[in-house]
Amino acid sequence: MATFASLDPRVARLEIDQEYGKELPPKPELDQLQTYEVFHQQKSGAHHTHVGSVHAPTKELALILAKEQYARRGQTLNLWVVNTADVMTMRSEDADIFETTPEKKYRDVAAYMVRNKVEAFKQSQKAESSHE
Amino acid sequence: MNKDAVKNLILRMADDELILAHRHSEWTGMGPILEEDIAFSSIAQDKLGHAQALYQILHDDFGMPAPDNEAFGRSESDFVCSQFVELPNGEYDFSLVRHYLFDAAEYLRYGMLSTSSYEPLAKLSRKVYGELKYHLFHAQTWIVQLGAEGTEESKARMQSALNEAWPYALGMFESTEDDAALSADGVFPGEAALQHAWMEMVSDTVAKAGLSLPQNAEAVLGGRKGYHTEHLKPLLEEMTEVYRIDPAAEW
Repeated sequence: MATFASLDPRVARLEIDQEYGKELPPKPELDQLQTYEVFHQQKSGAHHTHVGSVHAPTKELALILAKEQYARRGQTLNLWVVNTADVMTMRSEDADIFETTPEKKYRDVAAYMVRNKVEAFKQSQKAESSHE
Repeated sequence: MNKDAVKNLILRMADDELILAHRHSEWTGMGPILEEDIAFSSIAQDKLGHAQALYQILHDDFGMPAPDNEAFGRSESDFVCSQFVELPNGEYDFSLVRHYLFDAAEYLRYGMLSTSSYEPLAKLSRKVYGELKYHLFHAQTWIVQLGAEGTEESKARMQSALNEAWPYALGMFESTEDDAALSADGVFPGEAALQHAWMEMVSDTVAKAGLSLPQNAEAVLGGRKGYHTEHLKPLLEEMTEVYRIDPAAEW
């Protein structure tokens, strides 16, 4: 029986039947672990920022595994993990509620002509001081 | 201070770290899930780093060969690692149980050494303490999860791995003739004191995991005197394969 040849000694040691690789038996239905969303805090007072997710059986293990995936490099003060199923999210077909009509310019900062008033005030101050 | 005793202690610690780091690294790319593969590989890297730091102390303070030569240039009988760390990985259950039993001991050992009268060891212990604490969290959380919260199969696997590992784990604390001097000089309280603290910690976790401690087990000794299982030689051959092509090469 020929065994599967590999340069990796760990694979070579497994003595996998060469024929075996030709037709792998179908995998059973995937029984993946649930996912947890990971939030990373860099320093005291900073927001916890969403950085990704991890597979884990419990929140305790999610926290442990998140440490290595998301806090291995760089500065970390704290981590949060939240079960993905606990996150309330908008349905994608409801994204139209975020659209706004173009004529509501008064809601935009750019619509406020404060800059002009500030300039005018500064000019008047200057004029007054030069009279004194 | 009995410097020979200190040197021997450091060498035992370094060899344990190096060999277990290599075993752990054999899981890289083959771990049960991606997250765990990354975590286990990272823990292996930490252990290699500890070994490197310990060999460096031996080089700087005791005139021993440089870390690379010490790690890759010795033959099997020169190694003073416990036989526990050289056993093959087996399945993930055994690797995880060994990771837990070893890291509980390591965490406590470095904790004791953080107040050592031998300053380089005390300094190193304080420096790597966070890593050791994380290794212990990682191992402990899995053991309790798979023992108490998992399935019948995961629990049975944890128990049988524990039974298999236990006599070898006890061998980590093989007493040596250095123990009395190390304790008298305030370097390290000794293997018996460490084993006592370890037993308390491990008993607690094993109970939390719903498992039972193997009873009346005899410690497997000899590793600290250079007697090893048949598994160490092939491990060293594989680990040093590249180094041996050209030991003087600059990396």
